[in-house]
Amino acid sequence: MMGRTTLAAAVITTCVAAMPAAGYAQNVIKIGEVNSYKAQPAFLEPYKKGMELALDEINAAGGVNGKKLELITRDDNANPGDAVRVAEELVSREKVDVLTGTFLSHIGLALTDFARQKKFFFLAAEPLTDKIVWDNGNRYTFRLRPSTYMQVAMLVPEAAALKKKRWALVYPNYEYGQSAVATFKKLLKAAQPDVEFVTEQAPPLGKVDAGSVVQALADARPDAIFNVLFGADLLKFVREGNTRGLFQGREVVSLLTGEPEYMDPLKDEAPNGWIVTGYPWYGIQTPEHKAFVTAYQAKFKDYPRLGSVVGYSAIKSLAEGIKKAKSTDTEKLVAAFKGLQVDTPFGKITYRAEDHQSTMGAYVGRTKNEDGKGVMVNYRYLDGAKFLPAAAEVKKLRPAD
Amino acid sequence: MSFSSFIVQVLNGLAGASSLFLVAAGLSLIFGVTRIVNFAHGSLYMLGIYVAYSLTESVGGGLGFWPAVLLSAIAVGVLGAVVEVLLLRRIYHAPELFQLLATFALVLVIKDAALWIWGPEELLGPRAPGLAGSVSILGRQFPSYDLFLIVVGPVVLGSLWLLLTRTRWGTLVRAATQDREMVGALGVNQAWLFTAVFALGALLAGLGGALQLPREPANLELDLHTIGAAFVVVVVGGMGSIPGAYVAALLIAELKALCIWLGVVEVFGFTISFSKLTLVVEFLVMAVVLVVRPWGLMGRPQAPSRHAGTVEAPLRPVDNLFKAGAALLLLVLTVLPALTTQTPYVTVLMIDLLIAALFATSLHFIMGPAGMHSFGHAAYFGLGAYAAALLVRSLQLPMELTLVVAPLVAAAGALVVGWFSVRLSGVYLAMLTLAFAQIAWAIVYQWDTVTGGSNGLTGVWPSAWLADKAAYYYLTLVLVILSMLWLKRCLYAPFGYAMRAGRDSPLRADAVGIDVKRMQWVAFVIAGLFAGVAGALFAFSKGSISPESLHVGKSVDGLVMVLLGGLQTLTGGAVGAVTFTWLHDTVARNTEYWKAMLGAIILILVLLFPQGIAGFVRQIIYGKRDEIGGRA
Amino acid sequence: MSLLRVSGLGKSFGGVKAVDGIDFELNAGELLALIGPNGAGKSTTFNMVNGQLRADVGSIRFNGTELVGLKPREIWRLGVGRTFQIAQTFSSLTVVENVQMALISADRKLFSMWRPAASHKRAEALELLAQVGMAGQADRPCSVLAYGDVKRVELAIALANDPKLLLMDEPTAGMAPKERNELMALTKELVVQRNMAVLFTEHSMDVVFAYADRMIVLARGRLIAEGKPNEIRDHPKVQEVYFGSGKTFEKDKMALKVAT
Repeated sequence: MMGRTTLAAAVITTCVAAMPAAGYAQNVIKIGEVNSYKAQPAFLEPYKKGMELALDEINAAGGVNGKKLELITRDDNANPGDAVRVAEELVSREKVDVLTGTFLSHIGLALTDFARQKKFFFLAAEPLTDKIVWDNGNRYTFRLRPSTYMQVAMLVPEAAALKKKRWALVYPNYEYGQSAVATFKKLLKAAQPDVEFVTEQAPPLGKVDAGSVVQALADARPDAIFNVLFGADLLKFVREGNTRGLFQGREVVSLLTGEPEYMDPLKDEAPNGWIVTGYPWYGIQTPEHKAFVTAYQAKFKDYPRLGSVVGYSAIKSLAEGIKKAKSTDTEKLVAAFKGLQVDTPFGKITYRAEDHQSTMGAYVGRTKNEDGKGVMVNYRYLDGAKFLPAAAEVKKLRPAD
Repeated sequence: MSFSSFIVQVLNGLAGASSLFLVAAGLSLIFGVTRIVNFAHGSLYMLGIYVAYSLTESVGGGLGFWPAVLLSAIAVGVLGAVVEVLLLRRIYHAPELFQLLATFALVLVIKDAALWIWGPEELLGPRAPGLAGSVSILGRQFPSYDLFLIVVGPVVLGSLWLLLTRTRWGTLVRAATQDREMVGALGVNQAWLFTAVFALGALLAGLGGALQLPREPANLELDLHTIGAAFVVVVVGGMGSIPGAYVAALLIAELKALCIWLGVVEVFGFTISFSKLTLVVEFLVMAVVLVVRPWGLMGRPQAPSRHAGTVEAPLRPVDNLFKAGAALLLLVLTVLPALTTQTPYVTVLMIDLLIAALFATSLHFIMGPAGMHSFGHAAYFGLGAYAAALLVRSLQLPMELTLVVAPLVAAAGALVVGWFSVRLSGVYLAMLTLAFAQIAWAIVYQWDTVTGGSNGLTGVWPSAWLADKAAYYYLTLVLVILSMLWLKRCLYAPFGYAMRAGRDSPLRADAVGIDVKRMQWVAFVIAGLFAGVAGALFAFSKGSISPESLHVGKSVDGLVMVLLGGLQTLTGGAVGAVTFTWLHDTVARNTEYWKAMLGAIILILVLLFPQGIAGFVRQIIYGKRDEIGGRA
Repeated sequence: MSLLRVSGLGKSFGGVKAVDGIDFELNAGELLALIGPNGAGKSTTFNMVNGQLRADVGSIRFNGTELVGLKPREIWRLGVGRTFQIAQTFSSLTVVENVQMALISADRKLFSMWRPAASHKRAEALELLAQVGMAGQADRPCSVLAYGDVKRVELAIALANDPKLLLMDEPTAGMAPKERNELMALTKELVVQRNMAVLFTEHSMDVVFAYADRMIVLARGRLIAEGKPNEIRDHPKVQEVYFGSGKTFEKDKMALKVAT
């Protein structure tokens, strides 16, 4: 009996070894990527292109540790349950070496917890929620993109400098909007104690009744507005605001609005003078960014969006980390990522050892409507490292590993 | 919060009401005459705005806007006619609600088609020529286009009213709304009447979409964002009542404007954000209206449809062939983890399939035998899942115990909702269950401190002995099989027969001493209980839980599974669930445009198997026996 | 004492008196026909007795129990079976299961969720089907039966809890003349066998005159005549309000002669 089993095993092993795919598999590093492609195509199509560009560059240069990188993407149907299933599939069937991806915060959190439970390395590329590195942070999860907290913190000094007393707040009614506004209120109150928040509107995500909301904001007679709406909500809000004169004589501070994903669809409605975080790809003159844009445009005949930078940098980060760890072993990767430095189109970033957050920053500037198209002007790059709490404070926010 | 600001908010509400009315009017017409629950109505609306965008772009804006709006409406109307002739007409004789499955597939196909044609970015259209600016009202700038919209709603309402009351065609439509068999009996070509109604409904959806072009960008979320509100308006107004739809649209739009006007208010020391209430206000309205007026504001009791598809065949004792098949299946399921150690994903997927099968079977239990079409069944799945997560996280209850307690929480939810719902019937019952489910969803979505809000809860992992996927698979297998066997046993028992009796003929049931409403209530609770079992199993299999688990999307998935498998076949729920979940997993992995692919596959299945997949298999094997009525 | 005693029964719809204070009685072993022209209040009266409508005034006592205010299912439990103008059976059950359903309910086993329903008192159900001549089709789905057969099944269902009173709403509506007579002959036979009472409404005069032991005539909500078929036939008030010109009456008399 024993003999027969052994024989069978030998036969199978021989067959498997003879298959070219299996031989090939030994020489690749598999990156499993999970994202809401069908639900968030505007951000994620450029993101995917960014990943492909990075992959091409790395593999053209001989790969990592002598192995080629292979990317396997999966659609999570914008549903955490499905996301966990496809993550399981990537891990158990595709035998990926690392996991990355996710856009929506709750899916990012579900995979963060999955990584903790399965002790599997996960690089959260995009989800903004602070919880990924703080409340729900864990040993196996790192995050690339600047968090909600960081982006709001970058805007607060600008907001305080306006010296406006009466602020109105408008945000989509879910965790991202809520925590952005909570952080904004807390930090601005600290920077400018006499500030007053005169009204708050929290329309459902994607379903803003823009006319009513704009009027309610105007009726509160604020001096300035802090906006967290994005996507279709932002377009409706800006058009109604323009028609109803909401923005006349008022300062607006707006999160993410300078990203091409959200700015470009505004076309000739693009507002003037808003203080925003974003990505002015058309004006960034650093050599690393120029090289990135040139390569991107050559490959895709399209200009990059912020998603492209995130996707590109995520793959670059993984490659750097694996190179530093000299392995795809989870524990070695975790160790390598602590303090890992990566060159990205935005310059050098570091994955902080204390909270696993990268120091990737964002551009902050004013919007301008230039010939019927929105652009950012007077922008500067703010390094994320300067907007993160110190190690001691982070320790309080984060559960022990 | 001055009075003048209130007045302007009322005007905002009027403009919103017109937009809402245009979509809802078409849906109400289709609903009233053909009894089709047209899920694709939101997609037609979305196409209206996309087509209008392309047309205005190609003529370069300016005065081309107006013809573009009309052409877009007509184009969508034509598409509606094509869909009716090529697809829906072939399945009118399928069991009740089956057409819903076809329109669900259309939603998927249209969404991916729009992505393919127009790309992922939001497309903001031009302002309407001549109405680009604003007029000053009470010291505020009010968009002139909104004034135009305020007029459009009543104008369309009036035109429809004239069409329906002053033309022969309109008389037929109204007659069909009351009793569609009668119209057939009068010698009217019912097929073309249906086509015309569907085309008109689609045209109105397209017009509604096109007219929104100056107000909102064309984007791929519009279909699902629109359809929910449109259904609410139709049901609140009373099915088939066009004036009712306008009144309901007005009510809902004004309440939203009022909530936004109120903003954040301090009441007795509590801070209430009325602005956040806009998340769910339409469903609150619907719940209240249906509890008070079971047929909507201006609707009439639904005439029982006498020839709603095929009659269900009697239950037959399980024969040896079936028993052998079931035993073989069970054997395969038992040894599966051992056979697939090289491909452990099979076990992972099987857990999802089993959970989906139990969820769908619990829904089938009330949809099929009891004839209660719940559109909100995910509520009990979600309640079970959240209860499990909270009990483990907050009360530190052992995971094994929560598997018992969590379903009871779900059943308690079903007990409350069921009490209200079984007073209603047909589509009204369906929509009331949906309203309650959406209210539950909104609470979970908002209650950050307890439910984790939109992020949900993480760290819901099973006990250590179940950490291995194979172990968890066996736990799931045992619980799911036992649950399904008990549900099946129940359907063969007097209780199951009494449910069928109450569905077949409420009058006869009452005349032989059956309290139909009470049976339905109990059935509702049982279905909730087992959906809760599925939910709790789900939570521990994923380690986290989010509001999606009780969102309308999950409820719709359940409906799709049951209809796909076969409403009139006992195994329909399980077969549909396994097929749908497996297809979803496979297609999504291997195809970029997987939504379109999935939609296309469902369309093919719809056309091939109007009895559902399990129904089809049953017909192949047992068709002869069912016909002659022998006891096999 | 009579089995059913209706007194001062009245019902209005929107101020119009559909039934305006009627009294009648019904004894065991008796077939009582309730007739009258359209709009006379037959259906309203009938539905008040079976509990589908609630009487505004008056009383309906069955075996000494007040029926006003009871639901149809409660009235059924007291021993009142019924059939419908358009036969109501459970189309997704087999013929025998239709009868078993009523037996299950009579035995108060509706909420039983374990033992198979199909084995509940099958023999008894078959026996009832045999009484109505339907035993041969016991295992066919009810939905495939001819209409006349459905009516028989309905009768068997109605007999399942051994009723003392059977309410039949237009029992022969929609049936061919031959089937009508067969069904009514069967009913008559069952009444005699079981010493059961039957109250029925009927449009078809040949059926009424051939099978009713006694009849009551309603017109505009009032009871205008009561008596045996012979008495009713010659009743001047009935001639006047019900039969109008008398032509229908003559025709029915002819039909009756042919039938007998």
